[in-house]
Amino acid sequence: MVAEKYPEFQKLGVEVLSMSVDSVFVHKMWDAHELSKMVKGGIPFPMLSDGGGKVGSVFGVYLEDAGVEARGRFLIDPDGIIQGFEVLTPPVGRNVSETLRQLQAFQHVRNSKGTEATPSGWRPGKPTLKPGPDLVGKVWEVWKTSMAFDK
Amino acid sequence: MAEEIKAGCARPTGGPVGEKVDDKKETPKQEVIKEVKAMVTVGKKAPDFIAPAYHKGKFINVKLSDYLGKWVSLCFYPGDFTFV
Repeated sequence: MVAEKYPEFQKLGVEVLSMSVDSVFVHKMWDAHELSKMVKGGIPFPMLSDGGGKVGSVFGVYLEDAGVEARGRFLIDPDGIIQGFEVLTPPVGRNVSETLRQLQAFQHVRNSKGTEATPSGWRPGKPTLKPGPDLVGKVWEVWKTSMAFDK
Repeated sequence: MAEEIKAGCARPTGGPVGEKVDDKKETPKQEVIKEVKAMVTVGKKAPDFIAPAYHKGKFINVKLSDYLGKWVSLCFYPGDFTFV
C-alpha cells in the first residue's frame, strides 16, 4: 500500500498520484469507508478519476474488455520523462518497497549527472558502477553477484 | 497549483492534454496500415493529462505537467473497493 509508506515517498520528494476509472465520488466513499480504516488519516495523495479510461489508454494500461485499468506504475522524473514503469494484470499487487528502491536508484543516478549506474539489487549504501572505458571487462573485479541480493 | 472543482450532478472527467501522441501521420502512398498504438516509452516524455481528483476532502483538478520539477509515481489500479 503506497499510502502506508507515503512518508517515505515524501522523504524522497516524490509526489504520488493514483488513478482508476472510478468517479471522484466513489474515491471519496472508498477513502471514507474503507481505506481510512487501513491507513491512519486516509489517503494522503490525490486520487484521480479516469472515466472511460482515456488517460489509461494513452499510457497503455486501459483494459478495454474489462473496462478497468491494469496495475500500471510509472516513475516520472522532474523533467517529465518516464524513467521506468511496471504493468501487472489486476489480480497481483505491486511491491511498494521495490518502487521506493527504484526511485532511490534513479535519483542517485540523476544526482550523479549520469556518471554512476546502479547494478542489480542496488540499495543506498551499496557500491555503484562508474561506466567508462576502464570498467569494460572489469566489472567482475569490483562487483560480485552476491551484492545483488539482500541477505 | 490545483484549483478546486465544484461537485455538480455531472461526473467530472478529464483527459489527455497537449499535442496528441497518436496523431495520424500523413502517409500519401499507403493507406492506413496499422492502428498506431500510442505506447509510452522509458526515456520519453510522459503524456500530459488533466483529471478530476479527490484529495483530502476536496475535489480538485490535477494536471500532470503541474508536477514538473518533482518526481512523480503515477499508479493506475483496477478499481475502488477491489481487493488487492
